[in-house]
Amino acid sequence: MHLRSRRILIAASVFALMSSATAYADPVEGFELVVNGEMTLVTEAPASANLEGALDTVYSGLLFRESETREMEMDDFSNPGMVFVDQGLDLWNKVDGTDGKSCASCHDDVESLKETRAAMPKMNPTGDDLWSMENYINNCRTTKMGAEAWKWSSDQMTSVTAAISVAGRGEVVNPKVDGAAAEWWEKGKELYYTRFGQLELSCANCHEQNYGNMIRADHLSQGQTNGFPAYRLKNAKLNSIHNRFKGCVRDTRAETFGEGSAEFRALELYVASRGAGLSVEGVGVRN
Amino acid sequence: MASDVKPRVKVPKSAAAGEIVTLKTLISHPMESGQRKGGDGNLVPRSIINRFVCDYNGANVIDVKMEPAISTNPYFEFDVKIETAGEFAFTWYDDDGSVYEEKKSISLS
Repeated sequence: MHLRSRRILIAASVFALMSSATAYADPVEGFELVVNGEMTLVTEAPASANLEGALDTVYSGLLFRESETREMEMDDFSNPGMVFVDQGLDLWNKVDGTDGKSCASCHDDVESLKETRAAMPKMNPTGDDLWSMENYINNCRTTKMGAEAWKWSSDQMTSVTAAISVAGRGEVVNPKVDGAAAEWWEKGKELYYTRFGQLELSCANCHEQNYGNMIRADHLSQGQTNGFPAYRLKNAKLNSIHNRFKGCVRDTRAETFGEGSAEFRALELYVASRGAGLSVEGVGVRN
Repeated sequence: MASDVKPRVKVPKSAAAGEIVTLKTLISHPMESGQRKGGDGNLVPRSIINRFVCDYNGANVIDVKMEPAISTNPYFEFDVKIETAGEFAFTWYDDDGSVYEEKKSISLS
């Protein structure tokens, strides 16, 4: 009798162990993102003061992916996004437009924009609008180069934003949210907590209240943007932040905002501020 | 000629005699299968890399015939046993007659 109850106890504790392992599989613990065996990136950081009461720790989306996917990002050769980064660097040096200039004519090496990605989105030079990196690039193209603006999520645009992001790899995400940007940040926060679509889901419903849980067959992350533009295995190309936002809003069965819209730029700022403290991953690999 | 074709190869700088090393190769290429229809309803003509060869000091290591079902940016990873120092020569053959080449040396440690 005594023996039997002990056996049940053991069985029960094994079961408890197993179930807790399943529930807390995400974010993966004890994982360190070392790129090319030399650069250690921050994938887990204490949440900033803005997030008090919402999150204690912020996690890169990479920690919610399978080990195979994580390994791809640890080596530039196996990171499929790097092919596009090479194309972005070619575009960086390519003369375009009526003024006979390339990006490199003014900015020299892409490394000169090392700090750019971590600070995006940012108030524009005149201080009356919030600009994403795409806005800055198109501003350069139309006003300085005499070239045509690129579409927000075009191949050229994502490969150039990727090249700039890789230059800023390892920098700590820290967008400016005070001053003129404060208004945008508030607007972004409001959007983050507003329920959209027939499914009536807000960003927070999934990415704040249920990260680490499953959504259908997928693992919910915190929805951080530090790995963007990201190479997604599902479409085998680079994806912009706004493109990803659009996908998320669409999945709530809502009419989405447009890429580059004021709403998405405000949301980009707010989401970026939620990821403050994480490293820019250059091109992340996600599924 | 397919645009943006760029071969990339990863070979360790040195290896001990008799060591088995892993080589990785990747070439950016659209690998158009010839079975898709374009916006005008006509078939997009086939344009793929149809053969990949790796030689070491003139001796063949691997010779791959490639078919249209292989996806964009074909990636090959294979192991080679290193006995002497030397040079790897990688060659990709395009449908349009272009040949892309890359060379990497490896020394004995």
